[in-house]
Amino acid sequence: MGYCPNTPDDIREMLAVIGAGSVEELFSSIPAGLRAKSFDLPPGMSELELTRHMKEKAAACGADVVPFIGGGIYDHFIPAAVDHLASRAEFYTAYTPYQPECAQGTLQALYEYQSTICRLTGMEASNASLYDGGTAVAEAALMSLRITERHKVILDASVNPLHREIVTGYLHGLSAEAVQVEPKGCASDLDRLMAAIDGETAAVIVQSPDFFGNVQDFRDLAQKAHEHEALLIVSCYPIALGLVASPGEMGADIAVGEGQSLGNPVSFGGPYFGFIATRKRFIRNLPGRIVGETIDHQARRGFVLTLQAREQHIKRHKATSNICSNQSLCALRGLIFCAALGKKGFEELALLNYDKAQYAKSQLASVKGVDLLTRGATFNEFTLSLPTDASEVVQRILEKGVAAGVPLGRYYQGMEKALLVTVTEKRSKDEIDRLAVLLEEALWS
Amino acid sequence: MELIFERSVSGRAGVRVPLSDVPKAAPLSEALRRQEPVRLPEVSELDLVRHYTNLSRRNFSVDTNFYPLGSCTMKYNSKINENVGGLFAGCHPVLALLPGGENLVQGPLSLIHGLERQLAEITGMDEVTTQPLAGAHGEMTGIMVIAAYHKARGDNKRKYVIVPDSSHGTNPASAAMAGYEIVTVPTAPYGDMDLDLYRQAMNEEVAAVMLTCPNTLGLFNPHIAEICAIAHEAGALTYYDGANLNAILGKVRPGDVGFDVIHVNLHKTFSTPHGGGGPGSGPIGVRGDLVRYLPTPRVVRREDGGFTVEDHPEGIGRVSDFFGNFGIMARAYAYITMLGREGLIEVSEQAVLNANYMMARLKEEYELPFDQTCMHECVFSAVRQMEHGVHSIDVAKYLVDRGFHPPTVYFPLNVKEAIMIEPTETESRQTMDAFIEVMLEAARLARENPERLHEAPVTTPVGRLDETRAARAQQVCCE
Repeated sequence: MGYCPNTPDDIREMLAVIGAGSVEELFSSIPAGLRAKSFDLPPGMSELELTRHMKEKAAACGADVVPFIGGGIYDHFIPAAVDHLASRAEFYTAYTPYQPECAQGTLQALYEYQSTICRLTGMEASNASLYDGGTAVAEAALMSLRITERHKVILDASVNPLHREIVTGYLHGLSAEAVQVEPKGCASDLDRLMAAIDGETAAVIVQSPDFFGNVQDFRDLAQKAHEHEALLIVSCYPIALGLVASPGEMGADIAVGEGQSLGNPVSFGGPYFGFIATRKRFIRNLPGRIVGETIDHQARRGFVLTLQAREQHIKRHKATSNICSNQSLCALRGLIFCAALGKKGFEELALLNYDKAQYAKSQLASVKGVDLLTRGATFNEFTLSLPTDASEVVQRILEKGVAAGVPLGRYYQGMEKALLVTVTEKRSKDEIDRLAVLLEEALWS
Repeated sequence: MELIFERSVSGRAGVRVPLSDVPKAAPLSEALRRQEPVRLPEVSELDLVRHYTNLSRRNFSVDTNFYPLGSCTMKYNSKINENVGGLFAGCHPVLALLPGGENLVQGPLSLIHGLERQLAEITGMDEVTTQPLAGAHGEMTGIMVIAAYHKARGDNKRKYVIVPDSSHGTNPASAAMAGYEIVTVPTAPYGDMDLDLYRQAMNEEVAAVMLTCPNTLGLFNPHIAEICAIAHEAGALTYYDGANLNAILGKVRPGDVGFDVIHVNLHKTFSTPHGGGGPGSGPIGVRGDLVRYLPTPRVVRREDGGFTVEDHPEGIGRVSDFFGNFGIMARAYAYITMLGREGLIEVSEQAVLNANYMMARLKEEYELPFDQTCMHECVFSAVRQMEHGVHSIDVAKYLVDRGFHPPTVYFPLNVKEAIMIEPTETESRQTMDAFIEVMLEAARLARENPERLHEAPVTTPVGRLDETRAARAQQVCCE
C-alpha cells in the first residue's frame, strides 16, 4: 500500500537483527498516554479508483473558461520541451544540492537561472529563487531594512494588492512600517511617492507594469531615493521585460517579481517561483540560496551553494531569512522556457502580447459607455471604466464561459466600476472580438 | 559541461512564437523601451533538449540512487501522483475570486478542503490552512498566529520563543522573522531538551516553545506532554515542527498531546517530490482559539455542500498569493487518499523498522551517541574514524563514489561529526544491506587506507569543489 517493499520474511529477519519481538515494540518509547486518540481516515484506493476520483475533481476546475484575467498570474503558452525536461526524475526527485559533486545538474541549472534573471532584470546578482512573487516583494522589503538599518518602506498602492498584504504582514512582526501611497486615478502618484521619501526611508517599492497595467518610468524616483540613501525596489513582470526597460535600466537597487509567467502553469495558485536580483554590493544581504561558480582540484569548473553564512542552517536566528528551500523545479522551468524561446523569440513574444492588448484596448474602449482608465503606455493589461458595477458585468459574462477581467472594487475603494483586462498571446483575435460583443450585450441588452 | 549560453549561436532560432492575428500597434516610447533584447541563448530545440537531459544526468535522485538524507524524508514519489497532480494545470486561481467564479472551481476547492480535513485528522488539530509555501514558511505563519493570539488578549509582554539547541535552524530564524527573541535550551545527556533548564527558561515573557518530535536525533521525547503543560501554565503556546511526522502516523497526534500549532511538510511525509530543493508545501494546523487567527482567505463548506472562499477578518492577513502550492497539495491529497488509514500506519511502522535495522547493523563500526531504539532516523558520529584522520564528509564522499547519496552530515549540531541516516519506508532490506556494506567498507578503509576516503569522490564529473574560492569570487551569474 505505502510502497513498502519488505516482505514478512524480511521483516522477521530484520527484527531478529534489531533484537525486537515485533514492529510495535519499536514504538515502546512512546508512553501509552501519548498514543493517538483517533486516526479516522477511510481505507485506501487503487490507482484506477484514485484517477477517477481526481478526474472528477479536475472536471470542475473552470479550465475551459477563456481567461482575460491576470492580476499577477498569466495564462501563457508553454513550449512542450519545458514539461518534458522538467519531468526528468533526476531533476524532480533530487533535493537541495548539499553534496555538489552529485548535484551538478541542479547546481548548473540554477546558475544558468540566476544568469537569466540578471539578464532579464538588468541586475548583477540573483539568488536561486524564492517562494512566489508576493513573498519576494516582502523579502526585498526586509532586505532594504537590513541594508539601510532603517525601519520604514514606502509602498506604492499600485503594487499588486495581494503582494502588499504580504509585505505588511511580514513587516508587522518586526515593528517596521509600510507607508502606502494611494494612486492618482489609475496610476502611481509619482509626485507623492517622491515627496514621501525622507532620511528614514529604507526603500520605495513600486511595480511596472503596475496593477492597473501602466508601464512606468522610475528614473526620477530612483534618483530621488538615492539622494536620501534609500533603495528603489521594482517589482516586474518578466514577460514584459522582453519589451520594456528593465529595473536595472531604471536605476533600481532590487528587482523582484512573480516568475510564474515563465513556463509555469497557472495551476490554481501554485507552485510558482519568486525572483530577486540586486546590485553586486548587496549580495550578502540577499535571502535564500545562491549558487556560485568554482573549480575542483583539477581546475574543472563546477558549481556550489555559496555565501551560506547568510543562511538559517548556520546563522539560525541571525540569518538574512528563514527560507530554507527555493523553488528549484519551477525556476528550472523558467530557465528552460527562456532558453527555448531564446533572444529573438522572447522579444517577439513580448511584442505579441503588446499588440494583442493594444488591439483589445481599442475594441473594448469603443464599446458604448466604456472608457479607458489607463491612458498612458501599457503592456498586456489595461483598466477600463464601465458605466455600471464591474462585478455584475463580469458575473454575467462568466456565464458565457469568458472571464472578462478582474473587477477592481475588491481592491480599491471607489473603483467599483473599474475592470482590469489581461490579453496574453494565447487570446485570439476572435476571442477578443467576442469579448467586445459580450461586453456590449452585458451592458446594454 | 558548457553553459547553455556557451552553446548559443547568433541568429539560431528556438521555439517558434505564434504569428500575430491582430494589427501591429504603435510602439512604446523610447524611454519606456528596453535598449537591447534580453541576452538569452540562441539554441535549437534539440540543443536545448540535449543540454538539459545531459545536465539531469549529473544529479543523484531518488529515482536513480538510494538517498538516505536524514531529516529530509526522501521517500519514493509515486508516478500516479505526478499524473493526477497535473490535472489542474489550466485552472486560473483568480477565477475563484470572481463573482460567480467559485462555482466553476468546485473541484480544486473541494480538494483543498479535503486535504485540510485529512491533515487535521492525522495531526489531531481543529483546523488547517494550506497557504504556507514550505516548512519554514509554515513555521513563520504559525508563530505569527501565536503572536496574534497573545496580542488579542492584550498580553504584550511576551517577547521570547524557546527552541532546543538541536532544532532545525529554520525554527529560530522563523521566530525571529515574526519579531521574537530566541532562547536556546541545551540538550541533556539523555538526548532530549534538558527539562530542568527548560523549566527555568519558561516564564510569562515567553510566547511559545518550538519542538520537533521525534527530535533531530531521531528519538521520541517521552516528556512532550509535560513540556506542553509547563508552557501552558505560564500562558505560552506550543509549536510542533512536523518535519519528522513520518515516524508517528497513526501512533501519536500532536494535537492530542497538547500542541497548539503544527506545520506539516507535504514534501516529506506526504511524498511530494523535492524538486531539487522545492517547491515544497507547509500547511499549518491549529487548535481552539487559534483558529480565528489563521491567514485569509479560508475555503469553507457552504450549507448546500459546495465550497466557498471567505475572508478571514481576524486572521493574520495573507502569507502567500492564493491557496498555497496547489499542485503540490493535489499530490499530497492523492497520496493520503490512495494509502488510506492502514497504508499510512504502515508507512511509519516500516520507516521505523528500516531505521532501527540500519542502526543495529552500523553501530559496531560507527559511534552511536544515543544508543536506544530510534524512530524514523538514526544519528551516528564519525569520531572513531576521526582517530584515523577521516571525517564524516569523507565517508559521505566515498558513498557518492559507490552510487549512494550520502546521509545528512554535520547535523544536528549537538553531535560531533554527525551522520544522520533516514532510509524511509520505501527502501527494501536489500537496498539497505548494499548501503550498509559500503558504510562498513568505508570504516575499514578509514583504518587501512584513509587516503582513498580523502580523495573521494573520483567517479563524479567534478571532484571536491573549492567552496572558499566560490565565496570569495562571488561569481553568481555569467557575464
